[in-house]
Amino acid sequence: MAKTLYDKIWDAHIAHEADDGTCLLYIDRHMVHEVTSPQAFEGLRNSGRKVRAPEKVLAVADHNVPTSPMIGGVAAIKNNESRIQVQALEKNVKEFGIEYFDTNDIRRGVVHIIGPEQGFTLPGMTIVCGDSHTATHGAFGALAHGIGTSEVEHVLATQTLIQSKSKNMRVTINGSLPNGVTAKDITMAIIGKTGTAGGTGYVLEYAGQAIRELSMEGRMTVCNMAIEGGARAGLIAPDETTFAYLKGKPRAPKGEMWDQAVENWKTLFTDDDAKFDLEIEMDATELIPNATWGTSPQDVLPIDGTVPFPTDFEDEGRQQATQRALDYMGLEAGMKLTDIKIDRVFVGSCTNGRIEDLRAAAAILKGRKVADTVDAMVVPGSGLVKMLAEEEGLDIIFKDAGFDWREPGCSMCLAMNDDQLKPGERCASTSNRNFEGRQGFKGRTHLVSPAMAAAAAIKGHLTDVRDI
Amino acid sequence: MDKFETVEGVAAPMPLINIDTDMIIPKQFLKTIKRSGLGVHAFAEMRYHEDGTENPDFILNQAGYRNTKIIVAGDNFGCGSSREHAPWAIGDLGIKVIISTSFADIFYGNCFKNGILPIKLPQDKIDLLMDDARRGANATMTVDLVNQEIKGPDGGVIKFEIDAFKKHCLLEGLDDIGLTMEKEKSIDNFEQKMAEATPWI
Ligand code: SF4
Repeated sequence: MAKTLYDKIWDAHIAHEADDGTCLLYIDRHMVHEVTSPQAFEGLRNSGRKVRAPEKVLAVADHNVPTSPMIGGVAAIKNNESRIQVQALEKNVKEFGIEYFDTNDIRRGVVHIIGPEQGFTLPGMTIVCGDSHTATHGAFGALAHGIGTSEVEHVLATQTLIQSKSKNMRVTINGSLPNGVTAKDITMAIIGKTGTAGGTGYVLEYAGQAIRELSMEGRMTVCNMAIEGGARAGLIAPDETTFAYLKGKPRAPKGEMWDQAVENWKTLFTDDDAKFDLEIEMDATELIPNATWGTSPQDVLPIDGTVPFPTDFEDEGRQQATQRALDYMGLEAGMKLTDIKIDRVFVGSCTNGRIEDLRAAAAILKGRKVADTVDAMVVPGSGLVKMLAEEEGLDIIFKDAGFDWREPGCSMCLAMNDDQLKPGERCASTSNRNFEGRQGFKGRTHLVSPAMAAAAAIKGHLTDVRDI
Repeated sequence: MDKFETVEGVAAPMPLINIDTDMIIPKQFLKTIKRSGLGVHAFAEMRYHEDGTENPDFILNQAGYRNTKIIVAGDNFGCGSSREHAPWAIGDLGIKVIISTSFADIFYGNCFKNGILPIKLPQDKIDLLMDDARRGANATMTVDLVNQEIKGPDGGVIKFEIDAFKKHCLLEGLDDIGLTMEKEKSIDNFEQKMAEATPWI
C-alpha cells in the first residue's frame, strides 16, 4: 500500500501494538535539558528505575544559562533557582550515565541546534525532547516531537512512548521564494492561514519546490514552528541537501555504514499515490516578508498590512482575544505595521539562531548602524555557530552596527535568564512565540525573520527589509 | 497517581481562546525541581497585579469561584509549550476537569498523566456549560467519568467521548511506566531487529 513519509517512519518504530491501536513507539534519540527533566529523574530515583539506553540520550543546559561569559562556571550563576536547576541536571547525568555538553563545552547550545550539528539527529529516526520545538529535527525526515515530563521519564525508563497515530497533513509550497522572503516567512504564513490550532492532531509534511530549495537551516526554521500551528511534528523528506549537511558530522555514520544509511534514507519519501487526511497548498511567489502584531503566532500579517479591528473577526472568542491583544500590545487597530516603533531586537533561538540566520542579519547590517532608540542583541544558537560566525567576521559586523554579541543559549526567546524585556518594551524578535510575557513580564514581541529583525534595528520600527 | 473519582463542584468560565501554557504557568515558575506547590502561581499574570495583590477581574479570584474544580474554556486550551508544569499548577489549584472544544495535543496528554480529565465537546455544548458556569457557586456541575457524562445545575446531562485506555488509566490511577515495563520482551525484540536493519542508529 502507498505510504506517506510519516507512515513509513511510524511503521518502522512500532515495538508493540495493543488491540485498540495504542502503540509503543520505539525512540531512537532523546535530548534532555534542565527545565523539564528534574522531576523525571526524581521519578526514576523514587521508583528505583534505571535509564534503559543512556547512549541514546544527550543532555545540555540551555534554557536557564546566562549569555554573558560563564566565568566561574555553573557555581557562578547568580539566580539561585537557575543554578540549582543546572546543578540538578549535572548531578542527574552523572548518576544515570548520560552524555552531557557542559556550560564550557564548545558544542553546547540550544538543544535543537546542537542535535543536528552533531549528527545526533538523522533521517528516519524517532526523536523526542521535553520541549515543544523538538519538531525542528523533522527537517531531516525524522519523526520528532515534544513531550511532557512524565513522558521524559517514560522514555528514559523504557526507550518507548505510548502513542496513537496522528492524522497526516501535507502543506505544499509551490514555486520559488521571491527575494527577501525567507523560511521564517513561509512558516509564519502557514500559521496565519491554518491558525494555531489548525495542525492539532496532525503530523505535518512540508513539500513543494520552495521547501526543496531551502537549505537545512531554512528547513529547520520551517519545522521548528510546526508546533505553533498546533502540529506536534513537522517532516521534510530527506534529499541530497540533507545528506550533504550530515556528511562528516561527528555522530553521522562513516565509511560503508554511511553508504548503507544513505541507501535507506533514500526510501524516506511519501509515495506518489499515498493519501493525506488534509492537503494545503500555498504559492511561494505571492509571499512577502511578514511580522506578527498580536500575542499569538497566528496574528501574522504581510509587512505592508495594517493592525486588525476586533470586528474584523466573526467569532466572539476571536474578537475578545483580538481586543485583549491590542490592549496588551499597546497598538491601535488600523495602524500600519511599518509604523510600529520598537525598543529592542533579538536575533537568536532554535528558530533562527543558526549560522545562515546570522549571515542573513549581518548582510543587512553591514556598513549600517542600529537606530539610537534601539537596544539590539544577537545570541548564537550554539558554541559552534558562534565560533563559525567569528571565523567569518560576522561578530565584527554585528558589533560595529551596535549589536551586543552574546554567548549561546535560549536567552530572550523565553527570558528565563537575565535577558528580558522590561514591562512595555517592544521587541522585534527572530524567536517563535509572541505570547503575553514570553520575553519578559508585560514585554511585547513581534516575530520576524533575521533579515527583518536587522532592518527593524536599523530603522527603529518594523520595516520591509526589501526597502533597505 | 490517585484514582479519578466523580467530581462535583463549581465550574469557572474562561471563554478566552488560546489560553496558552505561558498564561497557565509563566516561565519564571519553571525553575523548580519539584512537581508540587505550583498552584499559587497558576495563571499568575492574569491573577495577580504587578505588586502581587490579587486582580479582582480574574475569575478565580471572585467570590463563588474560590473552590473551582472545573474549568470551561475557549478553544485550543493549553497551546504552546510542552511544560508539564501547566497541569501540575492547575491540579495543585484543585482543578480536576477542563472542558473545551479543543486542546493542544501535548497539554491534553499531560493532563491524563496527572489525574486531570480534559473533556472535548462541540461548541453548542460548550456554550450551554459556559452559561451554567457563569452562575458561580449557585450552579455546581457533576462530572462522572465512569458513565462519561456531565450533569448541569438544572439536571441536564451531556455525554462525552473519551479514549477507553485513557479512561481506564485515570479511573485506576495506573502508572504508564509500570504498564510498559510489562512489555519489555517486545522492546528487547525490537531493539535486536533494529540493530540489524539500521545499525548506524
Ligand atoms: S530557543 Fe526558545 S523555543 Fe527554542 S528551545 Fe530554547 S526556549 Fe524553547
